[in-house]
Amino acid sequence: MLAFILKRLLQSVVVMLTVALIAFALFRYVGDPINNMVGQDTTLEERAELKERLGLNDPFIIQFYRFVRDASVGEFGLSYQHRRPVKELIAERLPATLELALVSAILALAIGIPMGVYTALKRYGFLSRTFMTISLVGVSLPTFLIGILLILFFGVILRWLPTFGRGDVVEIGWWTSGFLTASGLKSLIMPSITLALFQMTLIMRLVRAEMLEVLRADFIKFARARGLPTRAVHFRHALKNTLVPVITITGLQLGSIIAFAIITESVFQWPGMGLLFIQAIGEVDIPVMAAYLVLIAFFFVVINMVVDILYFVVDPRLRVDKALVNGQ
Amino acid sequence: MKFRLTAFAAIAALGMAITPAESKTFRWAFQGDLQTMDPHGLFETMTLGFQRNIYEGLVIRNEKMEMVGALAESWKNIEPTVWRFNLRKGVKFHNGSSLGSDDVAFSVKRLSTEGSDMKVVAALIKETRIVDEHTIDLVTPAPNPILPLQLEIFYIMDKQWAEKHKALEATNVKGGDEGNYANLNANGTGPFMLGARQSGVKTELVINPNYWGTVKGNITKAVFTPIAQDATRVAALISGNVHMAYPVPVQDWKRLDDAKGVKPLAGPEARTIFLGFDQLRDELLYSNIKGKNPFKDLRVRQAFIKAINIDAIKKKVMRGASVPAGLMVAPQINGFNSALNDRPSYDPKGAKKLLADAGYPDGFDVTMDCPNNRYVNDERICQASASMLAKIGIKVNLLAQPKSKYFGKVLAQNNYDTSFFLLGWTPSTFDSHNPISSLMACRGGPDKLGAFNLGGYCNPRINELAASIQSETNQEKRQKMIDEAFKIHKDEVGHIPLHQQPLSWGISEKVNLIQRPDNVLDLRYVNVN
Repeated sequence: MLAFILKRLLQSVVVMLTVALIAFALFRYVGDPINNMVGQDTTLEERAELKERLGLNDPFIIQFYRFVRDASVGEFGLSYQHRRPVKELIAERLPATLELALVSAILALAIGIPMGVYTALKRYGFLSRTFMTISLVGVSLPTFLIGILLILFFGVILRWLPTFGRGDVVEIGWWTSGFLTASGLKSLIMPSITLALFQMTLIMRLVRAEMLEVLRADFIKFARARGLPTRAVHFRHALKNTLVPVITITGLQLGSIIAFAIITESVFQWPGMGLLFIQAIGEVDIPVMAAYLVLIAFFFVVINMVVDILYFVVDPRLRVDKALVNGQ
Repeated sequence: MKFRLTAFAAIAALGMAITPAESKTFRWAFQGDLQTMDPHGLFETMTLGFQRNIYEGLVIRNEKMEMVGALAESWKNIEPTVWRFNLRKGVKFHNGSSLGSDDVAFSVKRLSTEGSDMKVVAALIKETRIVDEHTIDLVTPAPNPILPLQLEIFYIMDKQWAEKHKALEATNVKGGDEGNYANLNANGTGPFMLGARQSGVKTELVINPNYWGTVKGNITKAVFTPIAQDATRVAALISGNVHMAYPVPVQDWKRLDDAKGVKPLAGPEARTIFLGFDQLRDELLYSNIKGKNPFKDLRVRQAFIKAINIDAIKKKVMRGASVPAGLMVAPQINGFNSALNDRPSYDPKGAKKLLADAGYPDGFDVTMDCPNNRYVNDERICQASASMLAKIGIKVNLLAQPKSKYFGKVLAQNNYDTSFFLLGWTPSTFDSHNPISSLMACRGGPDKLGAFNLGGYCNPRINELAASIQSETNQEKRQKMIDEAFKIHKDEVGHIPLHQQPLSWGISEKVNLIQRPDNVLDLRYVNVN
């Protein structure tokens, strides 16, 4: 197991290097950061000098090398826009993104799985059809629009929920949490629903499809023939066997919830990493963009690893195979 | 952080003890963030405008945009190259230390340190001479009649404070001074003190109970949030989460009118939007005409200006809120002369004839560079102009890009890579000398003028005038020279001025405030009811 984890971590370094290389090759097409860093009256000489000082005139491969060299000792440089260490900025924004992602993932799972099971068991029920219709909306409407509609309805018309930001946060060491204040919790509602909606419908549809498949399998028929209670058949045998693909997808989706919360974060001005990144793109803040992309690559690798480990836990066959291999 | 919070609480308590009036919090949102708290870190209107609430300069503009004394009580041009400033006595910085002429001398020095973006201002002052504790002479390299005007955005920092926190140099984006103390903290003399700040998220200001002057507004605390998305910003205003939001898209004005408790607040901005063309190269970079440059021909430039229907742009694109311009400066700018502000009337037939006379009866193709997130409706102005030019046979290929890409392409560092462009300009000094020397003077000469003359328009007389205007102390003579420069530029159609764009703010009906023509919000004049 340890060897497996180490191997995966090694792979993650390769993935991160590749991402950084591609990113650095593309940065030159994003625009020129200098004009966003100086005022209108700054002379041409000063602009040129600043560009030189930042090393932006060097070929991208040298810039890439410098980035890797510094990053290997945990140094990501200063943000052009905020004039502060990128590390600090990301550490400041990470809690907001992770809390939002966590709540969204829990929402998606806690609602998506039961809905999936229900629609599989009562295929032709009225409620099932309603769920299926709603899920179509969730899959087809763009996140941006859902966010705006929620803001319009609950923020502007009803005025129940704050339209932007994270509310008051409590500092716990370097972590900031919005879970502990009323305004923090209220602020979480709309962004987390916006972010969860797509994942929720995806999980629901996936569970439903898998469940229908499994319910047709022979072992379910045998279980029924043995006279096991329906409940046990559905939940102990059928549901458990649908979970492997669900875990894969959920794991990957968690990665994308963290990585692509960008849209939700910018609609709700949610002060997370995604917002930091999108602002960095607008202002061509290369150190922030580079660090963010590498960090996200790392997240994906780690999440994938966790998913692979979970397979072992859920699927006994994998364990058996492994034991056989080891036994030989 | 903890220390700051306690200090903050203590100050808040103190404030309450002195003024029993209830605390009034004002919340506002802007599309961009404040890049730094360092008053010498970035020469940009929004940042300096925000810092004006915390830091102060020797002089300041009041609610009528008139120049009045701030930290200087009076000033005088005692010799052609020497300005004497008498500092106000009894002024204290937020940390309690007193303002003295050594602070001014220190701040001047700090302006020219490596990380400073205000070296242009530093270059205005050759030397500082401390006369006594409250008197300082600023020596200029040449006679400079408008030095006080140019120093409005030069803020004074406490020398002892900077020494204590090792913030002797301006915040540098490159180098070892990571987290320069002055980048995140502030200690000015202004009516507000910096409270909690998380860059890109929220910045709080609290009233300075020991402020030397009187504040006309009634707020005790102000909370600034950057909100990048237009829709989110407008929703935050309508839902009452902020008292003021800007800019509001011009097309959302009606929505604000219809909503309860909020209204749009529009006014002319001192920013002039204009078109320009490459008149320097012998062949345009982006055109189907080879071997010559049609824009070198005055008739072609005249045809372009006649082809633009500015009233249609005002009505259709700007919702009636722009002010058509004939000059490169707005009425608020020193040196503006309304007698020169007329424009040639819209005349597509005449334009077509001029083109034919110049040898282009069928017109030609040209690529237009345009930003799409910098000015009010910038891309749509370009689209409208392109369709108007199409009527006289000019086929415009529009290249509209985000500002980072646009400026990266058209400015000096990319060798002015454009044939036809749209740009906007607010003179940072509010004086005509600035656009004359930056936009109209020939570029590339030893005087280093014309850095933003993207099209390379050139008449050497304008460079001569720019130099004389810089040092002329007689206002009447100075105005004559400004008029001459504007007239030459206008007759030769160096650029096509379009309009002053509107300021577009949205405010709650609970507040009243002053809308400055440079799009700056001064918290001194904000009242929350």
